[in-house]
Amino acid sequence: MTTEAVRIALLLPDLLGTYGDRGNVQVLAQRMKWRGIPSETITVLSSADSVPESCDLYVLGGGEDVAQIAAVRFLSRGPGLKRAAQRGVPILAICGGLQILGTKFTTGDGAEHSGLELVDAVTEPGSKRAIGEVSTQCTLGDVGMLTGFENHLGRTRLGGSTQPLGRVLRGIGNGVAEAEGAVAGHVVCTYMHGPVLARNPKLADLLLEWAIGEPLEPLPELPELPALRKERTRQPLRQRK
Amino acid sequence: MAETRRSIENAGNRVTTGNQETGQQWKAVPAPSIPEHERPPRLDLRSSLAVRVARLATSMSRRLGLGSGGMIGGRIAMALQPRLLAQLATGRSIVMVTGTNGKTTTTQMIAEALRSNAATVTNATGANMLDGHATALISQLDAPFAALEVDELHLAQATEQLQPAVIVLLNLSRDQLDRVGEIRTVQASLRRALQQAPQTHVIANRDDPNIVAAAVDHPSVTWVSGGVRWKEDAQNCPRCGVFLSDLEDDWKCSCGLHRPPADWIVTPTGVIDPYGVSHELPLRLPGHVNRVNATFALAAALHLGCEGEAALRRIRTLEQASGRYSTIRLDGRQVRLLLAKNPASWLEMLDLVAHNGKPLVLVVNSREADGYDVSWLWDIDFSVLRDRHVLVTGDRALDLAIRLRYEEVPCQVAPSVEEALRLLPAGEPDVIANYTAFRDLFAGRDQK
Repeated sequence: MTTEAVRIALLLPDLLGTYGDRGNVQVLAQRMKWRGIPSETITVLSSADSVPESCDLYVLGGGEDVAQIAAVRFLSRGPGLKRAAQRGVPILAICGGLQILGTKFTTGDGAEHSGLELVDAVTEPGSKRAIGEVSTQCTLGDVGMLTGFENHLGRTRLGGSTQPLGRVLRGIGNGVAEAEGAVAGHVVCTYMHGPVLARNPKLADLLLEWAIGEPLEPLPELPELPALRKERTRQPLRQRK
Repeated sequence: MAETRRSIENAGNRVTTGNQETGQQWKAVPAPSIPEHERPPRLDLRSSLAVRVARLATSMSRRLGLGSGGMIGGRIAMALQPRLLAQLATGRSIVMVTGTNGKTTTTQMIAEALRSNAATVTNATGANMLDGHATALISQLDAPFAALEVDELHLAQATEQLQPAVIVLLNLSRDQLDRVGEIRTVQASLRRALQQAPQTHVIANRDDPNIVAAAVDHPSVTWVSGGVRWKEDAQNCPRCGVFLSDLEDDWKCSCGLHRPPADWIVTPTGVIDPYGVSHELPLRLPGHVNRVNATFALAAALHLGCEGEAALRRIRTLEQASGRYSTIRLDGRQVRLLLAKNPASWLEMLDLVAHNGKPLVLVVNSREADGYDVSWLWDIDFSVLRDRHVLVTGDRALDLAIRLRYEEVPCQVAPSVEEALRLLPAGEPDVIANYTAFRDLFAGRDQK
């Protein structure tokens, strides 16, 4: 087992931190702490020079159009993230993060922007925002069902060797071919907030195993988790005002 | 009294005499134009009819227990007379209050402050869109002042109809992202509202870059400085996205947007007015956040010609604002009720309870008025609760429990607030609840 602290990078929470996605990093770090494995969280703000190359796991959240464009500008500044992806270091990107790691995305104002090309995904605005609970059957390992909350205008088409992260059971997802999210190598993208790793700890542990390169001891499940997952994935009751 | 005094020699300004009670002296900020208050709005026949029908509907709604009557009257009246609002506003000085947090409390402070001068109507029930404004204005046609809380996204519409004398812009932060949308959208809509109202005086928060971006181009702004507690929505320039360092200090963006100089500065015990005179703000409402709210209220009241000491005396009497900070009885047990509906307001409320050692209940719902997404729970630093045992309940008790467990806060899920109270040790608990949870608890309190 590795003795050095696992380095988890939270990328650009000042730009891509609108939807509570920083929680994913708290989940990752705490799950290591519960196992007695030290971890270190490295917060990379847009005031930094570039993305450090040496981290073991990278996490990106979602943000607004202006912030997404600024984020692409920042992430393109150095080779850090691209090299990490090439080395097989896991990267988790949520919502706007998914869009900017793709090949290109069109913002609400109609302008087209190049992405970082870590996944083969093209995003265009849909006719209306997809807002609500979303659940999918995950395509990875034994992760099983994924649950999250989506809130996005973009519709994302996958190509090449990029696979969806899940098949939509409920909600909109990418809005194309019942796919939700994108996976290419160890780059995992999803529209799910919640945050996604809080509701789906199996996905959190899979990313951590990729990060340290060995299997992890399972943790006892948090007492409220089964009920929470059940509550969030059942058919919606009529919403009360 | 510790505050500095300054002799006031300028006879051109209205000056209050030193107050017997606190010994504080205030200068009024010269008001550029105060409309005549003698004339009640002149209503045509159709409007008069609309007003009568609306009053009937409001009182029926209350008597039948259908609601607080905050909206229905206004809605009916406006259906009968679409030009009603403009007529109701004529000849009155209206203060509008908007922003993410503190609208209701600040509006009530302003209403109290203005009452030191003349009758004032207000939409105290929190009905903060046009029908609520109409109901408030109808409630007393000859009241020369109105203090109106306005939903952030309805400021442009309300401004166009009501031509306010003053607009108060408190703060902007993430709130109900699935309903209201992202902050830049809200900021842009506030900015458009102000562009339509060059005659209106603006009182704005100079420490919030989103508010500065909305207000800085307006020709007439008083800037209030109360610090910035929640920074996560303000770290990048709202105009161009560049990272803002020195958010606590004189931040300045390369695009030119920068923190304007303060007219009013909130201090740990009071406030420094535009003339550099310190005043104490001994409020009954707790916390720094309410000193900031009170400062906005004072600035608005003074702008409309109220006397500082008289206005402050009124503001000080507030013990609660539509239930916020109130001590109520629930199921026979005395509790303090606190509203927290987004990360910024949770931060303020957790500050209030952090070290008081009282039993604590947290309630989170996710109905339409709350927003269906509760991911924002992860934006809140709950670590101040680590040595507490917290009871959680509400529609989203499970999400909240998971959140607290990852922060190592001991917690227990209860099926209802009443059940949570039964599980708590003796003492007067604090109950922090988000919007619909708070509203239902306050409405369901034991009536004495």
